[in-house]
Formats: sequence, C-alpha cells, structure tokens
Amino acid sequence: MSTQTDLTIPRAELLTLLRSMKLIRRFEERSAEHYARGNIGGFLHLYIGEEAVAVGVISLLREDDRIVTHYRDHGHALARGLDTAACMAELFGKATGVSGGKGGSMHFFDVSRGFMGGHAIVGGQMPLAVGLAFANRYRGQDSLVVCFLGDGAVNEGEFHESMNLASLWQLPVLFLLENNGFGMGTRVERASAQPVIHRLADRHNIRSRRVDNGQDVFDVREATQTAIDYIREGNGPYFLEIMTYRFRGHSMADPLEYRQQHEVEPWLDLDPIRLLTARLHESGLATPDEIDTIDADVEDEVNAAIRFALESPFPSPDELYTDVYA
Amino acid sequence: MPQLTYREAIRVGLEEALAANPETVIMGEDVGAYGGSYAVTKGFLEQYGEERIIDTPISESGFVGAGIGAAIAGMRPIVEIMTINFSLLAMDQIVNLAAKARYMSGGQMTVPLVIRTVSGGGNMLAATHSQSLEAWYARVPGIKVVTPSNPADALGLFRSAMADPNPVMYVEHSLLYGSRAEVPDEPYTVPIGSASVARPGTDVSIIAYLRMTPVALSAADILEAEGISAEVIDLRSLLPLDSGTIIDSVNRTNRAVVVEETWEFGGFAGEVIAQINERAFDSLDAPVLRVAGVNVPTPYSRPLELLTIPTAEAVADKVRSLFQA
Ligand SMILES: Cc1ncc(C[n+]2csc(CCOP(=O)(O)OP(=O)(O)O)c2C)c(N)n1
Repeated sequence: MSTQTDLTIPRAELLTLLRSMKLIRRFEERSAEHYARGNIGGFLHLYIGEEAVAVGVISLLREDDRIVTHYRDHGHALARGLDTAACMAELFGKATGVSGGKGGSMHFFDVSRGFMGGHAIVGGQMPLAVGLAFANRYRGQDSLVVCFLGDGAVNEGEFHESMNLASLWQLPVLFLLENNGFGMGTRVERASAQPVIHRLADRHNIRSRRVDNGQDVFDVREATQTAIDYIREGNGPYFLEIMTYRFRGHSMADPLEYRQQHEVEPWLDLDPIRLLTARLHESGLATPDEIDTIDADVEDEVNAAIRFALESPFPSPDELYTDVYA
Repeated sequence: MPQLTYREAIRVGLEEALAANPETVIMGEDVGAYGGSYAVTKGFLEQYGEERIIDTPISESGFVGAGIGAAIAGMRPIVEIMTINFSLLAMDQIVNLAAKARYMSGGQMTVPLVIRTVSGGGNMLAATHSQSLEAWYARVPGIKVVTPSNPADALGLFRSAMADPNPVMYVEHSLLYGSRAEVPDEPYTVPIGSASVARPGTDVSIIAYLRMTPVALSAADILEAEGISAEVIDLRSLLPLDSGTIIDSVNRTNRAVVVEETWEFGGFAGEVIAQINERAFDSLDAPVLRVAGVNVPTPYSRPLELLTIPTAEAVADKVRSLFQA
C-alpha cells in the first residue's frame, strides 16, 4: 500500500476522486432502499466496497477512450460521469433512463461518453472490447478501450479468445480485472486452476500486473497510468488485476451463506472511502468542513436523482417496438 | 398425497437420483456453496459432499461438454445450466455432440445425461436474461426436451429423464418454483412424450406448456364464466411431441388456440398448428390461432415487459374471437 498521499495530484482533483466514490456509494445505498420498496426490479448488483477501482481507473481516461463493462456497472457509469439522475431513472425503468428504461441495472449505456455498456453475459463483453480496439488501431487513433471484467469471467472461452486476439493483433485494450474474490458464491481458488489470475495473461503474451490493494485509489491510479502509457505508446494490450472486495452480496437476492463475517471484517476496515478521507485529513488537504460539504452535495445529487426517477414517465407502449432494428 | 412446491418436487427427484446411483453427480455454477441460484440444491453440498455436488467455474461449454463426456463414459451425471440464456455458450456441445454422438457413431455411444436449466421471463431481467429458448433445442433430433408446469409433472418427468438413455433437456420456469400442489406418494413416472389434459372441456382446446399452462388454466376459468368450456392441454414434452393427445382433443372440441410464452415468429406454436392442420383439418370449425410473446428483445421496464408475455386475458380474447362469426 502506498503510505503517502500522492501530492502530485492537485487538491481539487483529490476532492473530485473522493466525491466520485461517495456518489457511487450513496447512489447504491439508496438504490438498495428503492429495490426493497419495489421501485427497482430484476437483479441489482452492488459495487459497494470496490469504488476505488472504478474511480481510480476511469479518472485517468480521456474523453475519446471507451469503456466496456459487466453487469456490476453502476460504479463505472457514475465514475465516467453518466448523468446520475438518468442512471437512477434507468433502475426505475423510466423512459428518461440512460438506456431508455430498456436495459435496467445490468445494461447501462451512454455511447456519447464512450460508455459502451454493461453486459450481463459473463465474459460476453470482452470480444466487444476487442472489436472497438480493433477499430481504433485500424483508424490510427491512439484512444484505448478499458474492458472491466470479474474474476469469474476468466474461465469462459471468450476470455481466452479475446486475450489472444488482442495480443495477436496488438490492440489498444486495457483488460481490467476486478478480483473481488468470488464469482457469486464460488471462490477464485475453487474456480481457477491458476488462482493468480494475471498470470493467465502470460500465456497470451500480454504484459500484466497485480495491484494488491485495490482499496487504495492511489495504488490503482499509479498502476493504471503505467498501463495506459504502455498502451498509448503502441505496445498492444495490458492486463491489470486489481484486488478488491465486494462488501455486499452478489446481488440483492444473495443469502450470503458461503462466507463468514470474520473474513469480511478485515476488508470492511479497508473501506476505500474511509481510507481516502483519513489520508486527506492527515495530510491537511481537506478540512472536516470540506468533507461535510461534499457529503451534503452528494446527498442532494442523489435525492434529486431519486425525485427525477420517481417523477419521470415509464416508456410509452410504442417504445416496445422501437430500436429492434436501426 | 403430500403438497409439494415445484422446487421441492425437483429436489425429491434429485435426491432419489443421488441415492439410486453412486455415479450420479450434480455439476453446475453455484449448485454447492451458494445452494443453487434458485435454491433447488440448497444443503446438498453438506449432505452429499463435494465429490458429488460440484461447483463448476463459469465455463458452460466446458462443463456441459464434460457432463456429456462423463455420460458417454457411463456415468449418470446431472448438469445444471443456471439459466437457459447461458446455454447459448454450451449450445455447440449440446447440439453438435450430445445430440449426435449416438447417431454419428452408428449407435456405439449413448449419452444418458440430464441437463437441468431455467427458462422464461417476467422477472425484469431484461433482454439477455429473460429468454425462453427451449423450442430451439426442440428442433434438434437426438435430444429430448421436457417442460413440467406443476410439481407432480416435475417429479414424474424428472424420474423419466433420469431413466432415459438419451440426453434430456429438463427445462424449469423461474416463476413456477413456489407453486404448490399435490404430488402422488406412490412411485410414478410421467413418460417423456406424453401430454396431459390439464382441464377437460368441450368447446375449444387451449394448448400450452411450462408457465403458459397456468395462464391457459386461468383463461379457461374466465371463459367458463362466459359459457365457453375450454379444454387445456399441457404439452409437458416438446420433443418428442405427443401429437396424439392434441389431435384427439381438437377432434372433440373443433377449435384450438396455442399459447407460447416467447416470440411468435418461427415458434413452437407454429409447429403445433401445422400438425393440427395436417391431421385434424376436417374437424376444425375455425382457424387455429396462437397467442405468443411479442417479437422484440425483452425490455427491462415493468410496464413494457408485461406487454411482451401472454396473459390469461389475452388468451381468453383470442378464444372469444373463434366464436364470433
Ligand atoms: C455466461 C453466464 N453464465 C452465468 C451467469 C450468471 N452469473 C452472473 S454474475 C456471475 C458471477 C460472476 O462473477 P465475477 O466475474 O467474479 O464478477 P463479480 O460478480 O464478482 O463482480 C454469474 C455466475 C451469467 N450472467 N452469464
């Protein structure tokens, strides 16, 4: 773990990182409430505990870079700056949602921000990332694609096929593995013969690295910057494995019987938001008042999002038939 | 007769199979430590151990293919694909290996495999997670496809599937797990390829399967109040299809409506209608009609999703239209 706050990051940007993580946290805590009230349906996969990964990685991207992710996508979407109210409206199934109410929690899209979707078939997002990166390289653009995936995805054929293609064709894609220890209730060691996942990249001749403390946004950023520089220099893909933990169940339906509270506790101490807040305090970069202001501001934003979601109309019945084809 | 839920009935079948043959194993994603994503195998890991209750990696093509291989080796495995949507990743193994091994080897190989999976929409899971793909598999010679709509059939068909020397896709519906009904105490089976008369009637045959059976039964209730006596046929198996029971019913009622949860275009209802036209045309007093899902990817938003799946009211309406002339 980096013991120092990275002082090369301007103070305003540090506060932005903190705000972004807090926004994700509150957005999800409140969406869990509205799930319980029946305003949100389907599956709701919370990202709580993993915020430093999305925020750390995405804060280093350019506007012309693209993001492809899986169904646990709220954190990536908000970190990318998708409209908070439109994200909440999507969860409520409203016409004003980021996907017009057709996608729901697992399928957020905002192509205007290079957010090429949450994808709900495990591993299914990876070939898409390869294709987007192929287009970048073909057109001579130096923008890149970040492909988020979970530790469970590495056992799908699409994982290996995509890694090989990206490497064979030297494509500008950053495979960003969020290793939260579990695929639903199955531990990594029980699912992968090679539990040190980033080593799988060796087999495909892809440079890789592991970040041991993905709860530390500075560690995440340091490793991500190295990867991004490598890719932009035209060296082909990079594979980053970031160790993190999902504080909640796999989805709201998870009875959580496969893990013990005593193994969860140490991770809860590594709450990424608390870690960053403490560091900002210690280094005198943020006063308690400033943090309170951020909290109040985030609360307002999430309240406004919920109001917007509640007040927005459902899609009209005609919408059933739109966009089946272009 | 005890009352069991659909989930409990399947559990009974699984436990019988595990007891009957030490070479029966259950493998699939999160069937063990998690307890099954629909809690069907809850507690099995503790009871039977990890030699027999096997949590697989998320590798559908790999572990379904491995199940096929183990079956060809003579074991009697049960493979669970968490939902039929994910069976797409295993489709090559199912269609190109399981369905063809017997034929292509000139009868040297058999594949005594049961593949359990879950179909259907109605849970706000959006387009990739709400599909009913069983009719695709029901086009493939060499596999069997069964679709129980109630607890008694769930157990009876499961027993038959385990006794069958062929690969059987045993397709459950996520919205049926909690439904409760009587299940006979004595050992019984429901043969694969036998439809049932779920409700006798005289004026029209409503033909359905899986979750559309309870929908058709509700439609029959609505119609009864209006003086129309509807017979409900539950297909129970899609492949092989019991066309005899269908034809027999239509010969008595002279009218038919076929109900299918998913996309109308190219669907299973079309096959049933073709068979009725071929074999019972002379007894028809009206064209055979269908009520099926809307031809769109399933939307998440609740009001839109509800428009995509046939309702009892829609079925009743379609039946009424047969009597207006
Ligand atoms: C092809 C496929 N198989 C199974 C599933 C069901 N499923 C959804 S998420 C998941 C676990 C994925 O775990 P991981 O990739 O580690 O991501 P995490 O949920 O931990 O973020 C499973 C099995 C699915 N959506 N797609």
